[in-house]
Amino acid sequence: MEQNLAIEMESISKIFGDLKANDNVNLSVRQGEVHALLGENGAGKSTLMNMLAGIYTPDSGVIKINGKEARFASPKDSIAMGIGMIHQHFKLVDVMTAKENIIIGRKQSFFVKGKALSKSIKELSDRYGLDVDPDKKVYDMSVGEKQTLEIIKVLYRGAKILIMDEPTAVLTPQEINKLFRVIRNMKQQGCSIVIITHKLNEVMEISDRVTVLRKGKSVGTVVTKDVKVPALIELMVGRKIDLSIERKTFDRKKTLLKVDEVTVTDKDGKEALSGVSFDLSSHEILGVAGVAGSGQKELCEVIAGLARATGGRIYFEDENILGRSPRDIIKMGIRMGFIPEDRLGMGLVGGMDIVHNIVLKDYQNQPGILLKRGPCVEKAKKIVEELDIQTPSIYTPVKKLSGGNVQKVLLGREIDSSPKVLITAYAVRGLDIGASYKIYDLLSEQKEKGVGILFVGEDLDVLLELCDRVMVLCHGRVTGIVDSDKVTKEDIGLLMTGEEKEEVGA
Amino acid sequence: MDFIRITKRSDLPRSKEIIITILAVAMSIVFAGIILAVFGLNPFEIFREIIMGSVGTEMRIKQTIVKAVPLIITSMGIIVAFKMKFWNIGAEGQITMGALGAAWVAINLHGTLPQPALLLLMMAAAAICGGIWAFIPAVFKAKLGTNETIFTLMLNYVAIKFVTYLQYGPWRDPGAKGFPRIETFSQDAVLPSLGGVHTGWIIAVLATVFVYFFMKSTKLGYEIAVVGESIETARYAGMNISKIIIAAMLISGGLCGITGMIQASAVEKTLVYGIANNYGFTAIITAWLSKLKAGYALLVCVAFAMLMQGGDYIQIAMGVSSTVSDIVQGLILFFILGSEFFLRYKVHLGRAVEKEVA
Repeated sequence: MEQNLAIEMESISKIFGDLKANDNVNLSVRQGEVHALLGENGAGKSTLMNMLAGIYTPDSGVIKINGKEARFASPKDSIAMGIGMIHQHFKLVDVMTAKENIIIGRKQSFFVKGKALSKSIKELSDRYGLDVDPDKKVYDMSVGEKQTLEIIKVLYRGAKILIMDEPTAVLTPQEINKLFRVIRNMKQQGCSIVIITHKLNEVMEISDRVTVLRKGKSVGTVVTKDVKVPALIELMVGRKIDLSIERKTFDRKKTLLKVDEVTVTDKDGKEALSGVSFDLSSHEILGVAGVAGSGQKELCEVIAGLARATGGRIYFEDENILGRSPRDIIKMGIRMGFIPEDRLGMGLVGGMDIVHNIVLKDYQNQPGILLKRGPCVEKAKKIVEELDIQTPSIYTPVKKLSGGNVQKVLLGREIDSSPKVLITAYAVRGLDIGASYKIYDLLSEQKEKGVGILFVGEDLDVLLELCDRVMVLCHGRVTGIVDSDKVTKEDIGLLMTGEEKEEVGA
Repeated sequence: MDFIRITKRSDLPRSKEIIITILAVAMSIVFAGIILAVFGLNPFEIFREIIMGSVGTEMRIKQTIVKAVPLIITSMGIIVAFKMKFWNIGAEGQITMGALGAAWVAINLHGTLPQPALLLLMMAAAAICGGIWAFIPAVFKAKLGTNETIFTLMLNYVAIKFVTYLQYGPWRDPGAKGFPRIETFSQDAVLPSLGGVHTGWIIAVLATVFVYFFMKSTKLGYEIAVVGESIETARYAGMNISKIIIAAMLISGGLCGITGMIQASAVEKTLVYGIANNYGFTAIITAWLSKLKAGYALLVCVAFAMLMQGGDYIQIAMGVSSTVSDIVQGLILFFILGSEFFLRYKVHLGRAVEKEVA
């Protein structure tokens, strides 16, 4: 039974400088199929899809669309062939309405026939089960709505082949379910869908077949229902990985950090955090879940003394540290570590070597005006060895290290000061699976030593596995603090969209 | 599949970096030669004369050093600011204000103090005045976030016009037979010579050593480098950013002010409105070409001083305008800045990639 192929990509190569982003990659997608493109960060998934969308041109190889060889000089050619890409970062004009965003950049008569347009948008929406108000401005939309709009936009342009670059990264579990329904509808209407992801459970749920990329090469295409998750991981990483997180529970906890009714206003005067209260104990990892931009960044920064609060109190043991600058906090002798979201832009100095990055947290406590590097050289050596950091030397600028190693330098430095409280924001973002689990292990180790850890995370499965409790933020409010053993992902998803906590048996 | 492809370099060996830089300098000289030839001059003769004019005799070497001194000290001041990504292009004004401070001390206090004390006091006054001139934009930047580039640039003209006013107005020397000039410093306010050149060269060497160690081995130097790399990281590490910006600019402006004192005391022996003589701008080029490293800056400044001295020489000896050396300077800057593109990117010509795959 030979099905017609919508996409054939044969021996595609693309080289950036010395990096072979794609090396003889093969991919074939059937018509009416949901095809998952699986791989770790840097495996070349986005590069491959950008070539399909006409954003890059391949250095060599052949692309065939519906059996015909295609050469794309620009995205326009790709769109003309019925290919539509939905990028991870939405390409929408904020101040325009949904309708205007859909027709922007299209060749058409000077005057826009508003009613006819609304009608055809309505038709499309009904056909695929999409839901969007054509006259709503983009800045009023939620992330899920924006994504829906992106989908309508490419469908309106006549796309029969849709590429989605990590579409679920920014969605709640409920929104993901909705998206998957839409994808199934599109499939029934004969569309082919390529979905880029590194989340295995989603691959299992939605896709018909999976192509796995590893380090720029295609390592295999498998039929989803014939394969199990561990086998996919092995294909993806190239070796077996133990994906269990061991969570021990401890008694004799004492409260280390008490956050009480903290409110933070952002520069536009909107409340980024409103009346947030929670406790963090020793021997505990408290997870923080929420849709991106729900106040996670502000929460971390207000505790670290980097953001100014308009109200509330934060007690570290018994001292109120709210309103204290990071400098004051260091001077008070408070041992608190902070792994910010922006590692190279805030936690580390990208252009400086490992030693000088360790000096960063150390030099304030040195007497005199001279900088002593000696002890930091020793520390650098110790951290590199203990955390197994892959680096040519301790004098290599940290921005030249890989993401996982950069994070290890940062985490190593923060752990080295033996903190009582450790705040981590998206500690594994951009890291490959192996490095992520190494970080989880390191955090669990710190918990065992009695450190209280605030873990801001994205992956709900990980949050529930790693953390003792999970606090959910929605629009800067705490919608619930739940015990990880007693709730499901869906419960947290409801809290993320702002449902009240009474409905979840916490 | 394009004919020209540009890709980012991941890493460049040091040897290659040096070759590219040398090539850029060579190209700039070749191009300068072509321009000279177009104007009917013999480029080989001109270049030989520039070199001979700058180091041909002991006298000329001394002249070159005299020109290198202000360039070196000012470059050091600029390096401190630029390391912080504070674009201080106000060295010209800071030099002028430094000279003003030194002149005030020289005119009002000469004869009352022993010479070393007078000179030290002049230098302190110069450093303070230059520092204040840099402090003003620093405070505005630290507290209000104003743009330091425009601010420092504008203050240059304020300083120069203020000294012009003094020169033509209240400080005008009545004994100058009607010439609009400020009185000449008494001998005790003039820097003594050592080795046939005024002692400014010692100060230049000391300034280089100071900036080298300051940036490398002091906490403040480290803080300046961190602020320059990322203000967010500096905040994260608990640094007092306003204090660092202000301290760095006091040092930067102070060094530039000292240049003013040397020029007023040893070269002009008085205060004139053109005391800074473009050194403040040329030093931006030398600081940048030396990649903000104090050691390299010393060498680059000497090379630029040779060009300046050589340019002056050919004007006198051959009747060729000294702007020839300005052309060479400009071309060097152009090619060095252009070469940074090749340091960062690799250019592939032709369809080489397909060969690789086949």
